[in-house]
Amino acid sequence: MTTPLAEAPPAKDPEGPAPAPRKPRRRGRLVPYWLLLPGILWLIVFFALPLVYQASTSVQTGSLEEGFKVTWHFATYWDAATDYWPQFLRSVLYAGSATVLCLLLGYPLAYLIAFRAGRWRNVILVLVIAPFFTSFLIRTLAWKTILADGGPLVGALNSLHVLDVTSWLGVTDGDRVLATPLAVICGLTYNFLPFMILPLYTSLERIDGRLHEAAGDLYAKPSTTFRKVTFPLSMPGVVSGTLLTFIPAAGDYVNADLLGSTDTRMVGNVIQTQFLRVLDYPTAAALSFILMAAILLMVTFYIRKSGTEDLV
Amino acid sequence: MAVLRWLRRNLVVIAGLCTLAYLLLPNVVVTVFSFNKPKGRFNYSWQEFSTDAWRDPCGVADMCGSLSLSLQIAAWATIGATVLGTMIAFALVRYRFRARGAINSLIFLPMAMPEVVMAASLLTLFLNMGAQLGFWTVLIAHIMFCLSFVVTAVKARVMSMDPRLEQAAQDLYAGPVQTFLRVTLPIAAPGIAAGALLAFALSFDDFIITNFNAGSTVTFPMFVWGSAQRGTPVQINVIGTAMFLVAVLLVLAGMLAGKRRNKQSR
Repeated sequence: MTTPLAEAPPAKDPEGPAPAPRKPRRRGRLVPYWLLLPGILWLIVFFALPLVYQASTSVQTGSLEEGFKVTWHFATYWDAATDYWPQFLRSVLYAGSATVLCLLLGYPLAYLIAFRAGRWRNVILVLVIAPFFTSFLIRTLAWKTILADGGPLVGALNSLHVLDVTSWLGVTDGDRVLATPLAVICGLTYNFLPFMILPLYTSLERIDGRLHEAAGDLYAKPSTTFRKVTFPLSMPGVVSGTLLTFIPAAGDYVNADLLGSTDTRMVGNVIQTQFLRVLDYPTAAALSFILMAAILLMVTFYIRKSGTEDLV
Repeated sequence: MAVLRWLRRNLVVIAGLCTLAYLLLPNVVVTVFSFNKPKGRFNYSWQEFSTDAWRDPCGVADMCGSLSLSLQIAAWATIGATVLGTMIAFALVRYRFRARGAINSLIFLPMAMPEVVMAASLLTLFLNMGAQLGFWTVLIAHIMFCLSFVVTAVKARVMSMDPRLEQAAQDLYAGPVQTFLRVTLPIAAPGIAAGALLAFALSFDDFIITNFNAGSTVTFPMFVWGSAQRGTPVQINVIGTAMFLVAVLLVLAGMLAGKRRNKQSR
């Protein structure tokens, strides 16, 4: 038996090197497993196992009255994909646009907090996080007021002919903004913006200010400094920010439901209706598996790409 | 020319402040419209000033009930996720064991999965088990998705801890239990608190997973969702405004307390 005391000689040795992290106690070999057991069991039963159940549901056929049976009916996947490809496409397009907008809007604010805010830094950080504490549904409903037909914002956009351009692009409809793709994208951007700003801020804040001075000393213009020093160093924040924005946005159905119309339905809406109203469980399960697979594929591809080309 | 140069130099600041305005605009609207007196069932257009809703915040049927249910679920989910998550975080940082990679990805995946997928698959499990949807299924789901966030928050703090502090405690003849309670836990506390706060906020505000697994139980977000279909009472805005104010005040109080402590330690 080793006592804890006998295991801590480095701290007693004044001339020794900095002590390494303690080795795990031998008598407590089972301790980590006891610590892990309840939480990991929870995740296995209520996160991993449900995915297995869903996989099995997606290849079942039957009806609510007669019950569902596993018949390895893979055609459900094909049917789901062909029936709902517009919604899939919309999810990717809306979530993609929202992610790009979040990056464009979020970067200046993250930069401002990291380098230009001075003593206002904490106040602005609080203001970025504080909206989180008001239910996001209430805040999304507020956009119904802001974007209302004939409201001041829509009137201003109309007189500036912005809506002509967006209508030409097909994201608004005449002089309406509410119930158009633009409203949904605007809502998605708003809802997930803090998820972009915080990782960006974290990686910008880590940048050594002297690197900017060095770039300036070497006659780099501010724009060159940004392009060659600041932005490359903030890439980890850009990558995690875009992932944290894109993934939840692609599965979201709240914005499309509250701010959109039947023409802006996304995959999330379909899964929700199939599961909770139509009660066609196999189709819903297949759809949510396709969504999961598509997102995992895109994310892996994206991480590979950003990892090899920009991060290195 | 001077104006132009000033504009160019402060372009980032202006753009950043515009984004901040975009982020805060809905909260302003929520606050302003909490003083509205709408004509129809929906509180989307301004009619006249009134403090009716503030004087009678629970005047809408079922709203305050759903609010207290949400607070209850959030409190229990926070306790559950914080205890389980802290245990996992300590195990991950302090010990070496098999299947570490698998466990890490089991913790990471719930954060990288669209909510609707988790919600739908969990409902499949409950339906297959014949579970009665309600308070317990919602609580189970909330603990599940809060767990990973707590682990991440606590892990970061425990990792940055100086192991020599614990060794010093043991050199001073503190037993393992005493060391843990008087040295380890106080140092890890900010990480645990951050994780718990995050869990509370996530659970209290969750809609998608709750909507799938709540059955006929109505939490506050579900009440708001339903009211978007039936008619939005002004009281929703009162609750939204109050939550925002309480959050900002709590954070400001925390910041002030931190400042004072810093001054004292100097």
